[in-house]
Amino acid sequence: MTQMTGAMMVVQALRDQGVEVIFGYPGGAVLPIYDELFQQNDIQHVLVRHEQGAVHMAEGYARSTGKPGVVLVTSGPGATNAVTGITDALMDSIPLVVLTGQVPTFMVGNDAFQEADTIGITRPCTKHNWLVKETDRLAQTIHQAFHVATTGRPGPVLVDIPKDVQFATGTYVAPRAAGNAHYQPQVKGDREMITRLVEAMETAERPVFYTGGGVINSGDAATQLLRELVEATGFPITSTLMGLGAYPASGKNWLGMLGMHGLYEANLAMHDCDLMINIGARFDDRITGRVADFSPSSRKAHIDIDPSSINKTIRVDMPIIGDVTHVLEDMLRIWKSRGRKVNKEGLARWWAQIEDWKKVECLRYRNSDTVIKPQYALQRLEALTKHRADRYICTEVGQHQMWAAQFLGFEAPNRWMTSGGLGTMGYGLPASIGVQIAHPEALVLNVAGEGSWLMNMQEMGTAIQYRAPVKQFILNNERLGMVRQWQSLLHGNRFSHSWSEALPDFVKLAEAFGCKGIRCSDPADLDDAIAEMLAYDGPVIFDCLVEKHEDCFPMIPSGRAHNDMLLAADAEAFKQGAALV
Amino acid sequence: MAAALNIQKGTSKHSAYDLRDPNSDVIERHTLAVIVDNEPGVLARVIGLFSGRGYNIDSLTVAEVDHTGHMSRITIVTAGTPAVIEQIKAQLGRIVPVHEVHDLTVEGPSVERELALFKVAGAGEKRVEALRLADIFRANVVDSTLESFVFEITGTPQKIDAFAELMRPLGLVEMARTGIAALSRGA
Repeated sequence: MTQMTGAMMVVQALRDQGVEVIFGYPGGAVLPIYDELFQQNDIQHVLVRHEQGAVHMAEGYARSTGKPGVVLVTSGPGATNAVTGITDALMDSIPLVVLTGQVPTFMVGNDAFQEADTIGITRPCTKHNWLVKETDRLAQTIHQAFHVATTGRPGPVLVDIPKDVQFATGTYVAPRAAGNAHYQPQVKGDREMITRLVEAMETAERPVFYTGGGVINSGDAATQLLRELVEATGFPITSTLMGLGAYPASGKNWLGMLGMHGLYEANLAMHDCDLMINIGARFDDRITGRVADFSPSSRKAHIDIDPSSINKTIRVDMPIIGDVTHVLEDMLRIWKSRGRKVNKEGLARWWAQIEDWKKVECLRYRNSDTVIKPQYALQRLEALTKHRADRYICTEVGQHQMWAAQFLGFEAPNRWMTSGGLGTMGYGLPASIGVQIAHPEALVLNVAGEGSWLMNMQEMGTAIQYRAPVKQFILNNERLGMVRQWQSLLHGNRFSHSWSEALPDFVKLAEAFGCKGIRCSDPADLDDAIAEMLAYDGPVIFDCLVEKHEDCFPMIPSGRAHNDMLLAADAEAFKQGAALV
Repeated sequence: MAAALNIQKGTSKHSAYDLRDPNSDVIERHTLAVIVDNEPGVLARVIGLFSGRGYNIDSLTVAEVDHTGHMSRITIVTAGTPAVIEQIKAQLGRIVPVHEVHDLTVEGPSVERELALFKVAGAGEKRVEALRLADIFRANVVDSTLESFVFEITGTPQKIDAFAELMRPLGLVEMARTGIAALSRGA
């Protein structure tokens, strides 16, 4: 039985959980913990510039390593600033442990200085949270927090620690003694249901795998099993934004991303399939479009570790609750033991149909000699970086994010960090720093729009301080491009407040921060400029001035069906029609 | 607990739900018993789930039922289509301090009771009539003045509604209801 102060317990618990890095910002209510951090060298602390940045960095760290991200912030504004990042992690199932300081227990409820009801505020945006009122319970609670964050469907948890609890002395307990018996979500899928799915796979004429972030969260084994299953069955596979990289983009069965800005062939395959196998995705509204017309003639299987995802928006015929790795293992074993059957003629016809759809070339755009098209910029970035196996891509949110998903190819999981569910502008820059801290030698790129990037640009200071050579590739159209696109398509070209007249000079901004700035506006210079960015040993802000009025296609306008996609060529006709509605 | 029909946390495998039309848009009333750790904020989590996701709460009661294990039983009466009811149960099941979710409406026969207090003021014939009706309904008088009674009545919500209707013309001043407590029948 080791006696120590609460602040010491925090550091000891993090050490015992194998934490190497935490992202944080000090303040009055966490000073005892910061004092303990000062007196040790096991855990690196990354000082951010804003608490939201800390949470996104922890998200980038977690997504690129598969380990939980850890955040330490103070009470009141420290905690409330973290809320956006915590909500982002909840929506995208990212394991985070957020530690917040709180005013002393005897002040709680008195509207004390820097007091906020952190537990109340974060209750709906965490997987679970705890207010620790006794030092004796602190270590156990932190261990439980790690267990809950990383078990079942991962997510953010928060432990609120009043300052007097940090000062007081109590008994430390090790992780093994913490007692996590109660929270043990089911990981093995129901065998009968898996067998039913295998039977359906044997006869299906038009099957499709629809995979999501759950495959990546389940770990490398899940990715391996998925690849084996796809190769063995020969079924086509598409993925959500969150699942990119689980199946390699160079794989022969890859259809590309599906959804609102997904590929034509992927969405039509979803619409026309007769067997849909959802693995670790959640039928998000950006995927389904109009629910009533979603894949009308298919039988649907859904593999998910979270029972509440099953039948939430789309009724499925074969619900399988379990961890993707375990379920895929069983699926493969049962399918092999039954003789590795597939409907070969049906599949051949299905692939012929898919090849026809591919001929539409839905990503085609009109290139230019005089102005850089954002799609072209990404194609060049891809061409000049795809040989790097250690390439990690983050994005902000908007058109550039969708173009990045369309034009960049992901060969491995945990290489693609983007804000999917919440759509948080300002995610990418801090996330890229978190990734770089976890992988100091890797090439970490943040594909950004200038609007999103400005939302957390203060974190460039963090990148400089920790020598994180992140490359900020800003597709600058001087517009909030996705807002502009919707206003163009659906609001009669009334561009209400979707452009900024007062953007900073990004090259001077880079100099002011103490890093390199590069500006490029001529397509002829682009390759050299990208090469210069890649060659520079340090952070770079790359201001890529692109076409200002480019729209992102294909697009399924909200509330439409999958087979009602808008391609670049259709956009004008759609605008005229939309004006009548 | 109805062991045979016990819905394991996080599954709907043994639910009798499959016997009903899942696509029905008929609104059904279900009584759920939710066994939770009695820790601070647990009720807020449950209520927050209902308000945040737009579910109905018709009645809610909560009390610690296991003092040594610090477990509470929350009894919720809710209404929704079969799909919404299934979603409510799944969402409740994934709250970390929730141990068990029982749908008493589909897990077999159950008993439901509610306790209510009625303050009825009046004099003369009305006062006598109120007392007579209270006797018929097996309500107890728990407070009395020369101008008023407080009745205590236990029963199904329907019985309490019926009693309230009768008391209204006889001088009903106030009433307090506890919400429903429910248990499955049998061992």
